[in-house]
Amino acid sequence: MKVFGQKPTPSAWFGLVVMAIFMVVVIFTPWLAPYQESANVGGTWDEPSATSWLGGDQIGRDMLTRIMYGSRMTIAVALAITSLSFFIGIVLGFISAVLGGWVDIFFTRLLDVMLSIPSLIFALIILGVFGSSIPVLILTVAVIDSTRVFRLARALGMNLSVMEYVEAARLRGEGLWWVISREILPNARAPLVSEFGLRFCFNFLFIAGLSFLGLGIQPPYADLGGMVRENAAAINFGMMAPIYPAVTIALLTVSVNLVVDWMLSIDARPSGAQAEL
Amino acid sequence: MADEIILQIKDLRLESVAGTVIIDNVDLSLKQGEVLGLIGESGAGKSTIGLAGMCYARAGVHIAGGEVILGGVNVRALDAEGRRDVRGKRIAYIAQSAAAAFNPAHTLMDQVCEAPLIHRLMTRAEAEDWARKLFTSLDLPDPEHFGNRYPHQVSGGQLQRAMAAMAMSCRPDVLVLDEPTTALDVTTQIEVLILLKSLIREYRTAALYITHDLAVVAQVADRIKVLRHGKEVEEGLTDQILHHARQDYTARLVAVRGAAASERATKETVKPETVLLIKDCHAYYGDFHVVKGVSLDVQRGETVAVVGESGSGKSTLARIVTGLLPPRSGEIVFQGQPLPPSLRERDKELKRRVQLVYQIPDVAINPRQTLLDIVGRPVQFYFGLGRELVLNRAKELMGLVELPVDFLQRRPGQLSGGQKQRVCIARALAAKPDLIILDEPTSALDPLVAEEILKLLRRLQAELGLSYVLITHDLDVVHRIAHRTAVMLKGEFVAFDRTETIFDGPYHPYTEKLINAVPVMRSDWLDGLLARRAQAAAVAVN
Amino acid sequence: MTRLIVNRLVLGVLTLLAVSVLIFICTQILPGDVASAVLGQGATPEALIVFRKELGFDVPPHLRYWNWLIAALQGDLGVALTNKRVIVDEIMPRLGNTLFLAGYAALIAIPLAVGLGIFSAINEGKLSDKLSNILTLIAISLPEFFIAYLLIIAMAVNVDWFPSLSTVVKGMPLTERLYQSTLPAITLTLLVAAHMLRMTRSSVLSIMSTPYIEMAFLKGAKRRRVIIRHALPNAAAPIITVVALNMAYLVVGVVVIEAVFVYPGLGQLMVDAVSKRDVPVIQACGLVFATVFVVLNTLADILVILVNPRLRNKS
Repeated sequence: MKVFGQKPTPSAWFGLVVMAIFMVVVIFTPWLAPYQESANVGGTWDEPSATSWLGGDQIGRDMLTRIMYGSRMTIAVALAITSLSFFIGIVLGFISAVLGGWVDIFFTRLLDVMLSIPSLIFALIILGVFGSSIPVLILTVAVIDSTRVFRLARALGMNLSVMEYVEAARLRGEGLWWVISREILPNARAPLVSEFGLRFCFNFLFIAGLSFLGLGIQPPYADLGGMVRENAAAINFGMMAPIYPAVTIALLTVSVNLVVDWMLSIDARPSGAQAEL
Repeated sequence: MADEIILQIKDLRLESVAGTVIIDNVDLSLKQGEVLGLIGESGAGKSTIGLAGMCYARAGVHIAGGEVILGGVNVRALDAEGRRDVRGKRIAYIAQSAAAAFNPAHTLMDQVCEAPLIHRLMTRAEAEDWARKLFTSLDLPDPEHFGNRYPHQVSGGQLQRAMAAMAMSCRPDVLVLDEPTTALDVTTQIEVLILLKSLIREYRTAALYITHDLAVVAQVADRIKVLRHGKEVEEGLTDQILHHARQDYTARLVAVRGAAASERATKETVKPETVLLIKDCHAYYGDFHVVKGVSLDVQRGETVAVVGESGSGKSTLARIVTGLLPPRSGEIVFQGQPLPPSLRERDKELKRRVQLVYQIPDVAINPRQTLLDIVGRPVQFYFGLGRELVLNRAKELMGLVELPVDFLQRRPGQLSGGQKQRVCIARALAAKPDLIILDEPTSALDPLVAEEILKLLRRLQAELGLSYVLITHDLDVVHRIAHRTAVMLKGEFVAFDRTETIFDGPYHPYTEKLINAVPVMRSDWLDGLLARRAQAAAVAVN
Repeated sequence: MTRLIVNRLVLGVLTLLAVSVLIFICTQILPGDVASAVLGQGATPEALIVFRKELGFDVPPHLRYWNWLIAALQGDLGVALTNKRVIVDEIMPRLGNTLFLAGYAALIAIPLAVGLGIFSAINEGKLSDKLSNILTLIAISLPEFFIAYLLIIAMAVNVDWFPSLSTVVKGMPLTERLYQSTLPAITLTLLVAAHMLRMTRSSVLSIMSTPYIEMAFLKGAKRRRVIIRHALPNAAAPIITVVALNMAYLVVGVVVIEAVFVYPGLGQLMVDAVSKRDVPVIQACGLVFATVFVVLNTLADILVILVNPRLRNKS
C-alpha cells in the first residue's frame, strides 16, 4: 500500500499506525473512554484489573481514562502551539526573505537575541510573571517556537527568492502577497511539512515537560506531563503508575519522528559515502 | 611498443540504483600515447564512462558489467585493494572543477604530492622536486613556492593546471580528463588547452578527453568517439569525424559549429525606428564602477548583441534596462519616452513592453506551476482578460513557440531543457512586448537544441517585429542572430558596429583575442595558432 | 582573522546586553502593575505605593533598567520576594552545582556522540548505522523525565547501585559528589548524546559528498586516510557548531533533571521561583542561564573562526 505515493518502511508503518490510533482516540475520547474524566473508581494506585486496565492513579481515578483525556489535552495544546508558531514564523520569515533591507535586518536581530535565551528558560520567565493559564501557555510557547520556524522559513525564502522565476514575477510587478503565496510557498511545502512534524514533537515534549514541573497545564485538566508528576511517588514503591503516561508521551513522539524521518529520507539523495569503489 | 593497447574497456554497462540503464555496452580502446576524445551532449554518459575506467561509480550508479583492462590486467576482476592500488598510480583523473576538487584545508603541494606518497613511489623530497618541475612545465607563477599556497589563494586557471600536475604526479599510463576547460573563461581556456596538449605529448601519456565541445577536442584528440544516450554512435580518426562523418547525428554535431558563417541574420526585419536608446550610462555596485559610459541603440526588428566574458558587465547592462539596477548617470529612452531608471517607478504598461528571457530555464519558471499558469498569468495580469480568453491566448502562444497545446497541463519537471526555454520565450511573448532582453538564452542548452531555439527566435522576430538585446559570451550565437554587435570589456564598449564589420576585421585587439580564443572545427587550428604566436614572438624579438 | 574574533566578541557582549533588556522588559515592564497583581485586590493604595517604591517601580523604565544593570554587574541581583534572601548568595552555589552536573554530562556525552556520529557517517547504510539511527531517534523522542525514571527504576529501585535522589552538599569530597551526580549525569548524557550524534553524522555525511573527497579516493587513498586527513579537518567547524548547539539542549535538560532527582542546582531554584511567582529570582536565574548560553555560543563561533583554513591562511 502506498502513502503519499511512496511505500513506507516497516518503522514508518509503525509510526503511521500509532499516529492513526492516537487520532481516533483523541477525537472520540468521550465515547471511547471507559469512565468519566474525573470519576473515582478505586483506591490509590490500584493494580491493573479487568475493570481498570491500567489500574488507578494517585487518587483512585482510572488510569486509562485519564491517559486518554490527558492525551487529548496535551495533543490539542501542542497542535495549537505549533499551528500558531508556524503561522507567525512563516509569514514573518517569508516577508523578511522577500523584502530584505531594514525589515530583514530588524527581524533577524530580534531573532538572534531571542535565540540567545534557551526556550525553557524564556518560557519559565514569562510563565513566572504571567502565570500558567492555557492561553498564556499557548501564546508563550508559540512565540518562542516561532523563532525556530522563522529561521527555517527565512532560509527557504532566501534560497527561493533568488530563483529567476521569483525575479520574473517581481519584474512583472506582482505584489508581495502574490510572490509569497504563489511563487515561494508552493516550493517550500515539503521541508515545511516535515518541520511541522518535528516541531509538533518538540512542543508536545515541551508542554509535557512544563506540566511535569508543575508549571504547564494546571489541574483539574488531565494532562500527560502533569500525570507523571502526580504519580511520581509511586516509583519509590516499585509501582508503574507514572510510567503509563510517560510511555504514552514517548509513543506518540517516537511515531511522529519515525514518520518524519521516513518522509525526509524519500527526498534525500544518496550521499558520497555510498560511492562504489 | 608505441602501438601497444594500454586501456581497453569491453562491454561496459552502467545502471542507476533504480535500474535504468546509463551506459549500454560501450567498448573503448586506447593505445599508449594516444588521445581519444569522448564527445556527447549532456546526459550521454561520458563522465560516467571516464570514472568507470577507474572502476569508480558515484553514489546512485552501479557498474553492472564489463571489463576494464589496464596494461593487460583486468582491473574489474581485482579485489578492492587491487583496484585502489591502480587509481592515481596508473590511471589518474582531472576533474571539471578544480576549485571543488582541492581540499581547502591542505596546501597545494601537500595534495599534489599525496598520490606518489600513498603509492610509495617516491619520498616526499623527490615528490616535491617532481611537483615543482611540473609546475614549471605548466607555466605556473613562482613554481618554487607555488605549492605553499592554499586552493582559495590561486585563480581558477592556475588551479586547473595544479590539478593537471596532481594527476601527473605518479606518471600514470592513462589520464582521464573530464571537461577540463569547460568551467574556464574563453581566453583562459585556450591557454590551459595548450598546456594540457604539450603535457600529454611530452610524457607520452594516453588520454581520455571527455567534453561536449567538438571543436575543442578536435585540437587534442587523435581519435574521437561520439556518444548519445549511453550508446556509441560513431568512432573514427579526428579528421574523419570532422569531415566525413558517417552517422547523421555526428554530421549534425559538426555542422552546428561550422554553420555560423553561412547563416547571418536577415536585414529585412529591421525598420528604422529606435526602440531603445541608452546614452552614456554609468552604473555602480557600491563603489565598484561596473558599467562605464555605455551608449547603445536598438531599432525595431533588430537584434543587438552584447558580447563579452564574465565580469565584463554585460549582465549588468541587462539589469539596467529592466530597472533592477538604476544607473547613477546617463539616460535611457524607450520608444521616444524617457524610461524611469528604477523598476518601482515604471508603470505596468512600461513593464509589459520590456521582457526578459533567462539563461537557465530550470530556475526561470516555477516548477510547481502548470504551463497554463506560467504563460497565462502575464496575459491575465497585463490585459485583465477572463479565463476563456486567457486559455485561448495560451494556446496561441504554445503554437508560436512550436509546443503542443496539451503541454499546457504539464509542469516544467516533465519538459526537456529546450522545451523549458520555449516556455520562457512564450511567457515573454504573452506580454506582447516591443523589446526582449535575452540573457545568455542558449548557453545552458546542448548545441543542437540551441540551434533550434535560435531559429525560433529569428522566426519570431520576422513575424512579430520584435527587437532583441542579446547578452552572450558565445560568438557563434552572435553570428547567427545579431544584426549589430557590441564587444564589452571591463564595463566599456570597445566596439559597436554591424556584426560583419566587427568579425570580418579590422579588429580591436580585444575582439581579435576573443575571436582567436574560440576553437574552430579544424584539427590543425591550435597548431596553427601556436605557430602564429611563435612567429609573432620571433618578430617582436627582432 | 583577529578582526573577526574581536567582532564576534563585541557581538557577544552586545547580545548579552540585548538579552538583559529583553529579560528586563519581560519581567518588569510587560506585566503592567505587578504591585496589584502580587498584593491582590484588597490592597490599600498606600500599600501599593510602598510596594512599588520598595521594588523601585516609581522610577521611569529606562532608569530602572540602568540601575538594575549596574547593580547586576556589581554582583547585586537583588533580594528574593518570598524569603528575602540575597539572591546572589542563593544562586552562586547552585550555579556551581548545575555547571558541575552539566560539565560531567558533557564530558561523557561529547566524545561519545561525536565519535559514534563520525563512525555512523563512515558506515552509512550499513547495519550499525541503521541501528544507531533508530536508537537515537527513539532517544530524542523520549521526554527527559521518562529516561530519568527508567534509569531510577533500573539502577536505584531494582538494584541499589545509585541513589534515586541526589543530595549534593558544599564541601563534599569529589568522589562522593560524582557518585551522587552519576544518575542525573547519565540521564543528561543520553538525552544530549543522541541529538549530537545525529547532527554530527549528517555534518560528516555532507562532507563525504564533496568533490575533494571523491578526488582523494580517485588518487588511490585508503578509506581511513580519506577520513582522517581529508574529511575530519573540514568537519571540525560543523562539529563544533553542533556541540555548541547541544549545550543549549543541556541547559534545558538540566532543569527537568534537577527536578526529578531533586538536585540542588540553579534549575530547581528557578522552577521553585516560577511556581511562587518570585519575580526577582526568576529574573536573576534567567539572566544567569542566558549569560552562560551566550558565552558558550560566542566561544563556539570563535573556535569555528580559528579552525577555518580559509581564514587561518589568508595570503
